[in-house]
Amino acid sequence: MGKIKRLLLGDEAFAQGALDAGLSGAYAYPGTPSTEILEYIQQSPLAQDRKIHSHWSSNEKTAMEEAMGMSFCGKRAIVSMKHVGLNVAADPFVNSAMTGANGGLIVVAADDPSMHSSQNEQDSRFYADFAMIPILEPSDQQEAYDMAEYGFNLSEKFKIPVLLRLVTRLSHSRSVVEVEDAPKPENTLHYPEIREQWVLMPAMSRKRNVRLIEDYKKFQRDSESSPFNLYSEGKDKSLGIIVSGIAWNYLNEVFQGKIPYPVVKVSQYPLPVNMVKHLIDSCEAILILEEGQPFIEKKVRGELDNNLKRIYGKLTGEVVRTGELTPDEVKKSLRAIKTEQCDDEINKPEGNSEVLLPRPPALCQGCGHRDVYNALNEVLKEYDSPKVFGDIGCYTLGYLSPFNAIDTCVDMGASITMAKGAADAGQHPSVAIIGDSTFTHSGMTGLLDAINENSPITVIISDNLTTGMTGGQDSQGTGKLEEICLGLGAAPEHVRTIDSHPKNIADMEQLFKEEIDYPGLSVIISRRECIQTARRHSSKK
Amino acid sequence: MKSDIILAGVGGQGILSIATVIGVAALEDNLYLKQAEVHGMSQRGGDVQSNLRLSSEPIASDLIPLGQADLIVSMEPMEGLRYLPYLKKEGWLVTNTVPFVNIKNYPSSEALAEEMKKVDNLIAFDMDAVAKEVGSPRSSNMVLLGAISPLISIEEPHLINGIRKIFSSKGDAITEMNIAAFAKGRDYTVEFLKNR
Repeated sequence: MGKIKRLLLGDEAFAQGALDAGLSGAYAYPGTPSTEILEYIQQSPLAQDRKIHSHWSSNEKTAMEEAMGMSFCGKRAIVSMKHVGLNVAADPFVNSAMTGANGGLIVVAADDPSMHSSQNEQDSRFYADFAMIPILEPSDQQEAYDMAEYGFNLSEKFKIPVLLRLVTRLSHSRSVVEVEDAPKPENTLHYPEIREQWVLMPAMSRKRNVRLIEDYKKFQRDSESSPFNLYSEGKDKSLGIIVSGIAWNYLNEVFQGKIPYPVVKVSQYPLPVNMVKHLIDSCEAILILEEGQPFIEKKVRGELDNNLKRIYGKLTGEVVRTGELTPDEVKKSLRAIKTEQCDDEINKPEGNSEVLLPRPPALCQGCGHRDVYNALNEVLKEYDSPKVFGDIGCYTLGYLSPFNAIDTCVDMGASITMAKGAADAGQHPSVAIIGDSTFTHSGMTGLLDAINENSPITVIISDNLTTGMTGGQDSQGTGKLEEICLGLGAAPEHVRTIDSHPKNIADMEQLFKEEIDYPGLSVIISRRECIQTARRHSSKK
Repeated sequence: MKSDIILAGVGGQGILSIATVIGVAALEDNLYLKQAEVHGMSQRGGDVQSNLRLSSEPIASDLIPLGQADLIVSMEPMEGLRYLPYLKKEGWLVTNTVPFVNIKNYPSSEALAEEMKKVDNLIAFDMDAVAKEVGSPRSSNMVLLGAISPLISIEEPHLINGIRKIFSSKGDAITEMNIAAFAKGRDYTVEFLKNR
């Protein structure tokens, strides 16, 4: 087989790798920076020819379970999500280590250090660690491609799901990638050898847990000989460097490929302990460079920090603790430790201050969320201390000027449940504002709680018929939001629909006011197609 | 050969299309390339930037270190200035001078012009007007690409192939308009360098 050069994002490189390795099903809920994985597969001619599953799921948990079902049947599956999506999928994810995998199963979590488009900087490696699942962490686009087939093989060899950890800079950076010119065939349908392992009743789980703990030692040995982990010698043993994932590139950038110190590059976990031990034994001090939270550092240092060796890292301050790494940050860390080394000057920003103003993102002109906030703000003026519980999506921008309209934004679906909790505490008006895609992701179950107690809250579903913030992916509730609310048991006279439009503002205000004054649960579906997807649809016509 | 480029603008102005064309051309030229771009929340009318690195040798980092960019390429005057700390002393700032005003207190054009004067190597002109001459101000990003083309070591025909490739789905008229916009931008810089 030959190779072809392609220009691919990190996300796309992995997706292409999975396709070329005989993928049968891809599952996902959109989330920056992971969205392009499933989008790429949806547009792939190979996926269309082979009818590879690539429909969006309602949320990360359903996506994960669907992928597990495919793996159960012996076929290769991937499930992709942003880091906080792994919180949603945590139940099946952690338990997938207990069931194990049959067909190769790769779970992709795309972390977002620097919070370019997220609410926190959680590091997905911690999940895989306590679940006892091996991790792959590509350092570049080529590794992202190569690790797809490697990950499926690893998963099938040890009958365990594999977590592939991406970070924003890799997910959303393009590079030349060498790909196979012919895809491998898909697996045929075949079932797990150990049937009881997939039934996690206590008696079976106890037996499985013992086997998993044994297997973990095999994962560890595999890491020691992984082609993606390497030990590179260096003459200057005053410092040894442990570097993982994308930080490897920054280190090479700083030294232009000629690193004077011994280095352990980690791209497969469990941590290659023998390599690390050898490095610690042969060097005077250790620097740990990793993107995200101090995961390797905590393992190497130990929580009691009773190592005899000097260890520099995020916990001691030589490496920046929040935000993503950059070549400049790595240089700074090295300068903090080795003033004599690497002393070419860091070019200081020539600040040009006054003329540079921040330009925050804003809701598009012509966006229906704007009308919802304009109407809502007008109505709420009449009340003493109204509270509006927001959610995750474009409409979170309603917190910013000129709307200043929401009081909270926590996680997918929290608007409805927090509004309910606030009403339980005596808050009125208690308004929840949630988008259509977020509603079907995690709002429906919370709405059922509120319906069952007829909580005096007003839930506004600002329906733009798409998953807007991530670029306009299909929304699972499109065309059935009213039926969903009614099906859950909301009173029909308090499930009301209106078009979000400037010309409707008076009607919107009237409707919002009526339902806010109603001392029970109401749902208002305020609808207008996302201006971005509407443009795309009209240009296709 | 090595070219480190920072592309800047406001979400929706088409800087990613510039990057895509260069990417297609770089692949044809057998160059190594890394291009980090911004997706998601910041695309909604916020400031966006992309780090684009081209080299005949393998490239380590997706991000350009401070003070190492050969070129800052901007669709908008204030956005270009934002990345000056990344520019080499002998590097170039190539920018459209038409402001995109969607924030309060946007600086005056005098203040921006004053700031630009601090850059030794500056090419700044009204690219919307140039684009309009060949059809539509929406092609101003291809004027900008044309304007930087004499400053990067990629063959012109490969860049034009890149334009054809990304606009082909929009029909011949739009493709040709963008190629004309590219040519206008290129002429501007060639003339500028001649008179310098």
